[in-house]
Amino acid sequence: MSLPPLAQPQYSQGEPLLRLEGVSKKFGTLVANCDVDLSIHPSEIVAVLGENGAGKSTLMKMIFGVMQPSAGSIYWRGQRVQISSPAQARQLGIGMVFQHFTLFETITVAENVALSMPGTPQELAGKIREASQKFGLAVEPHAPVYSLSVGERQRVELLRCLLQDPSLLILDEPTSVLPPTAIESLFQTLRGLQERGIAILYISHKLEEIRALCQRATILRHGRVTGTVVPKDETAHRLAELMIGREIPRSSHPKATPGEVVLKVSGLSVQEADPLAVGLKNVSFDLREGEILGIAGVSGNGQRTLARALSGEDTLPPSGQGSIEMLGRPVGHLGAAERRALRLAFVPEERMGRGAAPTMALRENALLTAHGEGMVRRGMIQREKQEAFTLKCIADMDVRSSGPAAPASTLSGGNLQKFIVGREMMLRPRVFVVSQPTWGIDVGAAALVRQKLVDMRGQGSGIIVISEELEELFEVADRIAVMFDGRLSPSRSTALTTPEIIGQMMIGLFDAGLDTAREAAQ
Amino acid sequence: MSVIVFVLSGAFAMCVPFALAALGELVAEKSGVLNLSVEGMMALSAVMGFMVVAGTGSHVLGLGAGMIAGAGLSVIFAALVLLFRANQVAAGLAVGILGMGLSNLLGRSYEGSSVTALAKIRVPVLSEIPVIGPILFVQDIVVYLTVVLVIVIAWFLYHTKPGLRLRVIGENPETAYALGMHPVAVRLACVAFGGMMAGLAGAYASTILTPVWAQNMIAGRGWVAVALVVFGTWRPIRIALGAYLFGAVGLASLSLQSLGVGVPSQVMSASPYLLTIIVLVVISANSLRIRLNAPMALGQNFSPHG
Amino acid sequence: MSFPGLTLIPRTRTTPLQVLMVSVTTVILSVLAMVLMFSLLGAEPTTIFQSFFIEPLSSGYNIGEVVIKASPLILIAQGLAIGFRAKVWNIGAEGQLIMGAITASLLPIWWPQSDSMLLLPAMIVFGALGGMVWSGIAALLRTSFNASEIIVTLMLTEIARQVLYFLLTGSLRDPGGYNFPQSVMFPDAGLYPIIGTGAVRANASIIITLLMTIGCWIFVNRAFAAFRLQVGGLAPAAAQYAGFSQKQAIWLSLLISGAAAGLAGMGEVAGPIGRLQSMLSPGYGYAAIIVAFLGGLNPIGIFFAGFLMAIVYVGGDIALVNAGIPSAAPVVFQGLVMVFYLGASLFLRYSLVSVFTLADVKEPV
Repeated sequence: MSLPPLAQPQYSQGEPLLRLEGVSKKFGTLVANCDVDLSIHPSEIVAVLGENGAGKSTLMKMIFGVMQPSAGSIYWRGQRVQISSPAQARQLGIGMVFQHFTLFETITVAENVALSMPGTPQELAGKIREASQKFGLAVEPHAPVYSLSVGERQRVELLRCLLQDPSLLILDEPTSVLPPTAIESLFQTLRGLQERGIAILYISHKLEEIRALCQRATILRHGRVTGTVVPKDETAHRLAELMIGREIPRSSHPKATPGEVVLKVSGLSVQEADPLAVGLKNVSFDLREGEILGIAGVSGNGQRTLARALSGEDTLPPSGQGSIEMLGRPVGHLGAAERRALRLAFVPEERMGRGAAPTMALRENALLTAHGEGMVRRGMIQREKQEAFTLKCIADMDVRSSGPAAPASTLSGGNLQKFIVGREMMLRPRVFVVSQPTWGIDVGAAALVRQKLVDMRGQGSGIIVISEELEELFEVADRIAVMFDGRLSPSRSTALTTPEIIGQMMIGLFDAGLDTAREAAQ
Repeated sequence: MSVIVFVLSGAFAMCVPFALAALGELVAEKSGVLNLSVEGMMALSAVMGFMVVAGTGSHVLGLGAGMIAGAGLSVIFAALVLLFRANQVAAGLAVGILGMGLSNLLGRSYEGSSVTALAKIRVPVLSEIPVIGPILFVQDIVVYLTVVLVIVIAWFLYHTKPGLRLRVIGENPETAYALGMHPVAVRLACVAFGGMMAGLAGAYASTILTPVWAQNMIAGRGWVAVALVVFGTWRPIRIALGAYLFGAVGLASLSLQSLGVGVPSQVMSASPYLLTIIVLVVISANSLRIRLNAPMALGQNFSPHG
Repeated sequence: MSFPGLTLIPRTRTTPLQVLMVSVTTVILSVLAMVLMFSLLGAEPTTIFQSFFIEPLSSGYNIGEVVIKASPLILIAQGLAIGFRAKVWNIGAEGQLIMGAITASLLPIWWPQSDSMLLLPAMIVFGALGGMVWSGIAALLRTSFNASEIIVTLMLTEIARQVLYFLLTGSLRDPGGYNFPQSVMFPDAGLYPIIGTGAVRANASIIITLLMTIGCWIFVNRAFAAFRLQVGGLAPAAAQYAGFSQKQAIWLSLLISGAAAGLAGMGEVAGPIGRLQSMLSPGYGYAAIIVAFLGGLNPIGIFFAGFLMAIVYVGGDIALVNAGIPSAAPVVFQGLVMVFYLGASLFLRYSLVSVFTLADVKEPV
């Protein structure tokens, strides 16, 4: 493998490696990108900044040949090019690490690498070891991918790109799956690549990361470039303004007044039947009415199992360890319907296909969990009740749709999430479990959802918010506990802890910051 | 003793239709396509093979005609699921019924007629070994071919790069497509291969194993082959062993009957179906084993967006 | 894969007219394909068309025969459709039909002289129970051991056939029947009353079928249980999320379809056949799968699809006489219908759009 010479001028003012000129992408009437200009030089790290739905991913897919622009030109080393497939992009020297990994779980690291370059897995294992030394990305070539942590999988993705010797590397939201400590080591790796002359396009919506890493930032809003800046010279406030176009709304958050315990989980251990998933190990916590308990952690540490165990989608086996008590009675053996009858509500992380049936109308999706609200009498569906409920949910949550007859699949992620959250809230739950409430939805919808959660707390619901977004948890939660490798840490009062401490806990250091917290409390 | 040797030897020929059809189905399922038309493909290819052998006297041409017929039907199935994005279960049933209907339509005038069977090959020297010789080395050419195919398919799936591609397309076609593979083309090839194997199985059954034509002569063997894939937890060698077990049990029950053991013939006739259910229950109950071996995207259609 | 110059856009909604169009197109294509196929085999196209699609409706007797055949087809298909909507695949209705016929036959075979008013209702109950027991085995194995109901129901069909043969050569055989594998003739109290005059053989079993159709229509359109089943079929994870039991869906689907198939089997022995015999059905259990699909899994659609398929069965008998067309023809037609239907129903889920007009079509990112 040959790498470009080390001695390359940083911040090259010469010919850009890649230049986009007036690139647009339309899907029917929907404009994903409009007249985008962008350039990047060798040894440069350029951020593409924008909120969810701003058109970042579409833009990168055009550069990587997954999609073709509707208008505009792409220049590679000064030559105008048509990038018609990912294979062609790779040939030019463009590598991309997608936000959602493109690794196959049942086969080994080396086999995964072998799928995208010549050579047998046995031959490539040596090359993988060599490269993992060189770039400081420790990976075992013969490990099956399902046994790897999320961070390790990302290393595999990166290595696979680097083995193809790219001059431009595109990273799509690479830190969304990493604990804070792993983010720092990723940045070190990226700076190392930069010194070797590799240009990096870094897609993110996290302002602080971009200020720490990138030399330039191109900011997108509604598919258009709203500015190209040097992020170190700008305040986070100014960047946010370019990105969103207004103040970031924050929910008002009066002090909690917790009441009696509504949910008590003691010593819960769950062995996943699926050997590829993380189970639960001795998880215990209490939830009181009128409070929000945040559960932080990098995804893949048992949150899914916990959510399913709480919702009743998975019941506890008779031989299982631990117990779940709701309102003072054991519910571990009860299924989802029976727990819902005790007024538990749940918003899952998958909106499409789990929280809502995609091909069914909103009114039918209302019936899905709200059938207990007088919608069914003697086994027959009461259409008027169903319609009234659906209309109220649409109105209360400002759901943009063509009405109760609109299939769920026609709604945007944000609007569908508002509908699901609204539906579950209208059930007036005593215990409300919400998983990843704002994943991939726009800022406006996210703010509304968070505000509604805080409002519900005020009405006496006990709420659990499982989220990867620390900012979100610090905004809404009264207490935060952390999941790591199937274990749950003791909770910390949000007022008495910091994102840094929670970040330490996210890599398993559950005692992090205890001393300082104690001092602060004294 | 001689009965045991007879059963163990004859089981090879008996298991060939099961093994070939199940291996073909395995390859299709490994790529993520559940093709339930095996019974229909075997039925149509059985009659096509029989007609060609009856007309030309050539077993090679007969087996070839069977393979073409099986592949033809499987391509109709592939068109339904890959191009028209139909539900795989429903499409398999549809094509299966079409195959059964066509088989009975074409075979009506051959009812009761027979063709000459294929001579067994005595492997020199080896066939003289006591016990083992007559069991292993006095078989027809297709039995030997089947053994070779089992090994080749196992090697192809687990030790070659195209085999690796095939497996990951069955695991996650979207990711495979994103990495520049062609799930639709690969699936088409796998389904067509499965059809050829079912065709070979059907033609073998009607022209070599029992070279007398009777309507509905496949008699559920295609369905047993589908069950065998689960039985072997998607592993070629285990599937071949399962097929041999079915062949041996079938032959043993026939032998017992001829020895005058007092069991009603209907119980004997029902035994393979009963065995299939029992085996399916035992294997399916172990969800972990299935989870680790079953293609994750089995039965799910894939279509590249755009 | 897309068609050259054209691309597929997912539809968000289908109208009843589109559903009807797909079925009509399917039938036209299937008829054309069949006429073409038999023309190639040397038959006269007009004779084929005449035999299969005109003559079955040309006389009172033939129409009676169509009703006799439509009744079990519709009955079974209504039951199957409930499961198919939930993606529970009972494809062994033929076996459940046989078991229903056997259990229902026990009563008139044990009391061959009976003239009780209760005999026929008791046979109806026995027939439904027989079918339910047989499909219930599949439900039990699926819910307890995760064994595929597709294969289990199919294997149970072959086993049911052997059970039938065993009983007909043994305890249920007519002692005065010269060793033929058949039972005694049923008394009149064990037969459905004939409706119609003269030689017409249509009987009151069609009333059961009509009741089933109306019941299914109400069930599908109004019952919460039907909604639960449908969610289970369309979005299994959503059903689990809402707490709709999958086991319950499997049991319900298989028991209803088993009962319907058992009733259909009872209707054959208590109807046109009049005794238990080895040949009970020309494959109604399989043909009903196609009827269910062709009817768009909709109770009303199934009603008409059942009549169409019955016409082809009667037409097959006529064509055998008129044109020497083999008796397997109806099965070929069924296969063609199902293949064309599955192909055509692509257009229920997607609309085909020229790539050149694509820019005007809205598509989610």
